[in-house]
Amino acid sequence: MRSINLSLRITIGFLFIIHLLSVGVVYAEAKQTISIAYLTQDRKAPPPLSNLDAFIKDKGVPGVQLAIDDNNTTGQFTGQQFVLKKFIVPLDGNVADTFNKGIGDQYPYIIVNLPAELTNKIADLPAAKQKLLFDVATIDDVLRNEQCRSNVLHLLPNRAMRADALAQYMMKKRWNKWFLVIGATEEDRLFADALRRAAKRFGMKIVEEKTWEHTYDARRTAQSDVAVFTQVDDYDVLVVADEQGQFGEYLEYRTWNARPVIGTQGLVATAWHRTHEQWGAVQIQNRFKEQAGRWMEEQDYAAYLAVRVIGEAANRTKSNDINLLKDYMLSDAFALQGYKGNPLSFRPWDGQLRQPVLLAAPRSLVAVAPIEGFLHPKTELDTLGYDQPESTCKWSK
Amino acid sequence: MKKIVLGLFAAVVLTGAVQAETVFVTLEKDNALAVVDPIAGKLIKTVEIGQRPRGIAISPDNKFLYVAVSDDNTIKIIDAETLKEAGKLPSGEDPETFALNPAGDRLYVSNEDDSLVTVIDIKHKKAVKQIKVGVEPEGITVSPDNLWVASASETTNMVHWIDTKTNAIVENTLVDPRPRALGFTADSQQLWVTSEMAGTLMILDVKTKQIIKTIKFDVQGVTRDKIQPVGVVIDKDRKRGYVALGPANRVAVINAQTFEVEKYLLVGQRVWNLAFSPDQKRLYTTNGASNDISLIDLETQTVTKSVGVGTYPWGVAVKP
Repeated sequence: MRSINLSLRITIGFLFIIHLLSVGVVYAEAKQTISIAYLTQDRKAPPPLSNLDAFIKDKGVPGVQLAIDDNNTTGQFTGQQFVLKKFIVPLDGNVADTFNKGIGDQYPYIIVNLPAELTNKIADLPAAKQKLLFDVATIDDVLRNEQCRSNVLHLLPNRAMRADALAQYMMKKRWNKWFLVIGATEEDRLFADALRRAAKRFGMKIVEEKTWEHTYDARRTAQSDVAVFTQVDDYDVLVVADEQGQFGEYLEYRTWNARPVIGTQGLVATAWHRTHEQWGAVQIQNRFKEQAGRWMEEQDYAAYLAVRVIGEAANRTKSNDINLLKDYMLSDAFALQGYKGNPLSFRPWDGQLRQPVLLAAPRSLVAVAPIEGFLHPKTELDTLGYDQPESTCKWSK
Repeated sequence: MKKIVLGLFAAVVLTGAVQAETVFVTLEKDNALAVVDPIAGKLIKTVEIGQRPRGIAISPDNKFLYVAVSDDNTIKIIDAETLKEAGKLPSGEDPETFALNPAGDRLYVSNEDDSLVTVIDIKHKKAVKQIKVGVEPEGITVSPDNLWVASASETTNMVHWIDTKTNAIVENTLVDPRPRALGFTADSQQLWVTSEMAGTLMILDVKTKQIIKTIKFDVQGVTRDKIQPVGVVIDKDRKRGYVALGPANRVAVINAQTFEVEKYLLVGQRVWNLAFSPDQKRLYTTNGASNDISLIDLETQTVTKSVGVGTYPWGVAVKP
């Protein structure tokens, strides 16, 4: 050190100051950017059950839009900018191609609104390995268990969580004897499995089980078929598994015995519902409606939450680094306000978002599960769905 | 009960110090204002006020009440004696909470759906500025030294520090999720902020704008998710602070020097907002779900009375 002459020392000092200044300028100017992609594919409109509910083509889109705006409102105070690009693949398009070409290296965070098999197909692409996917569409238990992926987080409650929520309510009401009615689709069979699991977990009894094989025509069904179909031994409640809504709406008021209907119709278990107003929900209902011109659907809520998860993690860690953000999201410190009372967080064993499940009738919110009295050593929210010891998800980290 | 009444009577006669004071309570679902004599424990009358009244404040000279009538999109000025309407202020859409400055000439309103704070010049009944804040601003307060307006946004999870001279945000503090209400200490050195979702109270140092202490509430026999802190007030000597815990139906008593929770007082259901009596010997609480207000004697730290007022009591203001 002594050998360095004065002028050199001054030069070094000067360079050091210049360096400091330039760094300062860069930090002041550059906003931290968090790039998010939204990936979905157009879906065929299902055959309409009635003319009451119009087919909603863009479920999810207004949700991400609202959340991006919210994130950027916060971002103006944290020096963070959230950028959203939507990739909407046409019916005959190839989702994997769009992912490989369009999303590429640019977007570390991808909101995925796709059916179950496509979700995992995308998650398994080599280009998706270093990314974080937010599934806002599937409710499949298997995607949270045997077929779980370490780069996928799930925002909607899965079938098991919904069935458990219903079971808790039925247990509270002492509707112990269930008549299980199952539709003809594969999804209906999966929900029936979840209901059987829930019945066993909460000590309920399925006294009768039938598959609906009748016509889906309202005129015939309503008048004759349901009355005949429901002439079974005594039961407390009819539990229906009809996810597409092909016949479930016809059951209420037409059963042979006067019994309530619960499940996919009647009293339903859902992540979000238009009757929900508590815990500030009325505010987001209003903000959403103003922007989208319609009520918020489940997928909108999930998509909203997904973008808010990224925002919350980026705000708190002051970072846009995917590994840092993912670690934070899966940590105990993570707590997202989701307008449902309890703070929301992820189950680190399967990437499922812990959340209350709403139990709603068409025009009134009946209850919010977990129902009071169902206890858990860690969090009551884990009384719904697959708890850590039950999970068969093995993430290869 | 007789003993309490007699005791109170004796206290009044002996000291002569307890002045008749009037408590005003907004009734969100009755579209009305309840007028209560708290010493007698009596509802005097109820007057119609407009659609969905929520936030309420009284002018420093005690002549006027300001009431946010949310569904009428205005803040009404009410003569505190006659209870007649004396004017309207341009609050912006859906006003819920607002704050008066100590001089009583400025009013700051949270516009929840628009992510704005509106600054109103009361004398001229004019909105002089709209300040962009975070998503869903709710709690708002002005420091007693009139230097700061603190605004909390529920979804952004921040406290915004607005300079009262420039009406601009100069700093933001990230706080626990869903911050609801906030209150300065009388010396303007601390800001107390409640978080509904985390069930906490955070004490912020006004100089550094940093959180210096976080208190997590824990009430025996009450589940965590029922502990939703809302209203917060601190006494003028900074001896004790009080926090309404929402559906936990309790008011937490906090030692403002050591930050220990000394006590949880059982009040009515879903306790929401709080106000001191002018001499700070009593505390009044609005209980949204049980349709009453509770009266807490702060000298004995006990709940002495509850008075039925009407449906969904929301805000409370006291006139000496």
